[in-house]
Amino acid sequence: MSGWITPFLIHSAVQAITPILLAALAGSLCARAGVFNVALEGKILIGAFAAVVASYYTQSATGGVAAAMIAAMVFSLILAYGATIFRGDHVVICIGMNLLASGLTAYLLRVLFGVSGVFSDPAIVSLGKIRIPAIRDIPIIGWGFFSQTIVTWIAWGLVVAISLILFRTPIGLRLRGVGEQPDAAETLGVNVAAYRIAAVIAAGALCGLAGAQLSLGAVSVFAEDMSAGRGWIAVVAVMLGRANPIYVAGACALFGLADAMSVRLQGEGLPNQLTDISPYAVTLAALVISHRKRRRAALPSSEVDAASPGGVAEPQPDTR
Amino acid sequence: MTAPDAAARPRRRFRFPPAATAILFAALVGGVLVLASGANPLNAYYQILAGSLSLGSLPDTLNWAAPLVGMAVAAAIPLRGGMINLGGDGQMVIGGLTSAAVALYLPAPGPVAAAAAILAAAIAAGLYASLAAWGETRHGIPMLVSSLLLSYPAVGICSYIVRFPLRDTTTGLPQTRMIPEGARLLAIAGPLNIGLLIIVAIAAAAVFLDRRAIVGYELRLRGLNKRFAGYGGVDLEKQAMLAMFASGAIGGIVGAILVLGSDFRFIDEALLIPSYTWSGLMAALLANGEPFGAIIAGLFFAALQTGGFAMQRETTIPRVLTLVLQAIVILFLAVRHGLGRRNA
Repeated sequence: MSGWITPFLIHSAVQAITPILLAALAGSLCARAGVFNVALEGKILIGAFAAVVASYYTQSATGGVAAAMIAAMVFSLILAYGATIFRGDHVVICIGMNLLASGLTAYLLRVLFGVSGVFSDPAIVSLGKIRIPAIRDIPIIGWGFFSQTIVTWIAWGLVVAISLILFRTPIGLRLRGVGEQPDAAETLGVNVAAYRIAAVIAAGALCGLAGAQLSLGAVSVFAEDMSAGRGWIAVVAVMLGRANPIYVAGACALFGLADAMSVRLQGEGLPNQLTDISPYAVTLAALVISHRKRRRAALPSSEVDAASPGGVAEPQPDTR
Repeated sequence: MTAPDAAARPRRRFRFPPAATAILFAALVGGVLVLASGANPLNAYYQILAGSLSLGSLPDTLNWAAPLVGMAVAAAIPLRGGMINLGGDGQMVIGGLTSAAVALYLPAPGPVAAAAAILAAAIAAGLYASLAAWGETRHGIPMLVSSLLLSYPAVGICSYIVRFPLRDTTTGLPQTRMIPEGARLLAIAGPLNIGLLIIVAIAAAAVFLDRRAIVGYELRLRGLNKRFAGYGGVDLEKQAMLAMFASGAIGGIVGAILVLGSDFRFIDEALLIPSYTWSGLMAALLANGEPFGAIIAGLFFAALQTGGFAMQRETTIPRVLTLVLQAIVILFLAVRHGLGRRNA
């Protein structure tokens, strides 16, 4: 078994985790604020596309990252205002946004660059790797982090930062209040809609980063629908981690490992159609196992559990 | 912020029907998008209309509409009960591959093999879809997530099967052998085959069951108020399994019809490229799960997409614009008119 855990495996796992982790942090923020955000997938895609376009035209990876964040934030306005001020159904809006992202990026890809499917060009500047030779030989942590993009470092820094904000600051307290008891928060003078809008837009920025890592991190290409379910895996990570950034990061690490393992299995000669499914299989298995554990811990509330796996209640469309 | 209830608000003298407003809005936004990419939106829309509704292009529109309306009905059934099936892609592919395998290897006379292939496709895809319902009722995995996550392994495994065990080694492509002529669906005229009639029958049955049968009534009840339906004696777990089975089975039949009637073999990814699943889901969402409305919306989206081919041929505008238009229609209705709001 020890032969399986190689520096390369850990390194590619950390690389694979980054976009999922950023999206899952975005999802956690929204879940805490009481917005069931399943538009992560579409936001990542918009971010990935904007990153490639801006990197191509500005010749700078920084420009790409900035554009990805801005584009995904603007895109998030649909959910931010649609779910609060206009009181739309979260799930329907999110499904519409995912499809819009898929169609819009495909359309712009053809109009801007005249290609369909995959766009790659030497002019696209990818994100530089931060090399730290000193930690290169430290098992696990060092293997994973000796050469990663700045976005990866930001992602893990954000795990800590968002935990602190959520659980140690007044803003975090109000945000959680807005999610758990919107009526009580409203009574105490907290502007529920404003907190939710801010959470969704911040989530957009995180998803934009995720997209930039996806299209400029390991590679420098944009492919149609390149988010490939990562936004949905992030949704699952939020459920498994009960919207607590630390636990969510743990769930993401599991998926990243599964993803890296699938590359490894391909090396063993398995066809990639079969190895590609391993992240989804691991995700589903983790959901089943976590529910079983929880049910054993608390038997009576199975009805509530079924409605809100992971303890993060799918927010009911309240009457606000 | 105590917004008055929509019903209590005094009625305005005249209101545009929401769907028409949404289409107009989508056309405007899409027009701006076309204008920004340096083309004439009016010409684009004219090409869409001419390319879908003129006499010569109607058969193509109908041919495109058959699977799309099928997937719209497949999405509408769970939606009527307040559930969302995002796994149509996986279910369609399972149905397509199953039908190809049965039609190729069942030693039976042609029409019998075709019927068996369609039946097998419905059962296989239906069972796979009800897996998501089982996951929700027994393991608390929300169907919204599990139906989609189950779709990826299904597509992956079918792709593997058609690339290795069932591959037609005489061609270089990932596809099965050609299905014997006797087991193919009879052609009616031009591109149309009797698969169209099967879809019409399924659509009619869905509308009938929704309006006249107890199962339809109970499903609507669940959609309006799940707890009340449970209190009223509806077996919610069984109902979820059945609704998902029906949804998946229809998706499987659509896959089978495409394989037996149009492609005559299972080709890797061929069923997914037109994205019938997502257009069908949007049609179902547009009608809020009401089957008849979903069928009409499906026909509309089919016309839009068929027209998209003509637009792409005649102008420089890529036809994926029609997907953008569909998404805008849904978003407009969801944001502006509370589409899908459960307590509306």
